[in-house]
Amino acid sequence: MSAHAGAADSLVDRKLPPVTEIGAASMIAIAVGLIYNASYLPKHAQTGVAVAILVVAAALQLVNALLLVRLREFAWARFRQVAGWSLLAYAVIAGMIEYAFVYDHTRGTQLVILTLMLALFMLNVPVLIAFTVTRYQRV
Amino acid sequence: MSAVAEAQAEHAAPAPAARPQVQIVPVKGLPIVALVLVGVVIAIARDARWGLVFCHVVGGGLWTAIDLFVGFVVGPIIGRMSIPARIEFSTRFMPKMLLLMPTIVTMTLAAGFQLARQDGFLDTSDPTHGWVVASFCVVGVMAVIALAYLEPANVAVLFELKKPEPDGRVIEKLMKRFVYTAGITGVMQVATLIIMTRLVSP
Repeated sequence: MSAHAGAADSLVDRKLPPVTEIGAASMIAIAVGLIYNASYLPKHAQTGVAVAILVVAAALQLVNALLLVRLREFAWARFRQVAGWSLLAYAVIAGMIEYAFVYDHTRGTQLVILTLMLALFMLNVPVLIAFTVTRYQRV
Repeated sequence: MSAVAEAQAEHAAPAPAARPQVQIVPVKGLPIVALVLVGVVIAIARDARWGLVFCHVVGGGLWTAIDLFVGFVVGPIIGRMSIPARIEFSTRFMPKMLLLMPTIVTMTLAAGFQLARQDGFLDTSDPTHGWVVASFCVVGVMAVIALAYLEPANVAVLFELKKPEPDGRVIEKLMKRFVYTAGITGVMQVATLIIMTRLVSP
């Protein structure tokens, strides 16, 4: 183990875009959106507010995607590996939550908004895990 | 053996202690995870009251206890350990947490949401509805911390440990993040205890 000997070439000091912070902000928007909608179930929350939150969460993830594709010197193979397996795990979790919404007779616009929020959640977590792992991998 | 080679052998540094093999996801635990998740789906599909209460109480109890124990007992101990000791501990501890926590959280939340629906707590006119929304908020905070910071740090530590020469500074930084976030989720669990006991008290 190179405890401090390799401090000069340690990847700890590597400068990368704030993907984790933006992903966390998107996660906050998703959590707020899900709480807002779920607190009105089985009735309908105001669609305009829910859509606005959804757009904010999606926009933040889009910014993250743009920041990521511009990265050079990044271990993309490791990123894809970690993101792929994490996506599988979070697809199962999101699928269970979606099942609960459908089972509870959530329908129409409400179901569409909740499904889109779940989809954003399902895509965001693998990116955050894969980015955190890959930032400490050498190319 | 020549005299030179013998001298070299005598002065050679002792071989480094073998590090335990790191398995990022404990594959043997996956059937248990699948079994638990199938059990939760069956309990929801059948509206089985006992099954839902079992999943929520057992899952919630484990979740709260583990978060409090890791946040306030194990976390500060890890924080004072030497880096080799942290590595030794993390190698055995982190893979288990990687399977355990998402399973327990999914089980608790899915069953809890159905119980809240059955008991009418989700109805906006219910006097306890505010407490249910408060519990959503606490879970939301914990989800953001756990999914954006804690779990990625957990996985990244395991990948670092798999390297032939792990970087001690990377492990130190990631473990610090793990310890702090575990402490925050521990505090949030205290809020959960207050909300849940308030919910079931007439």
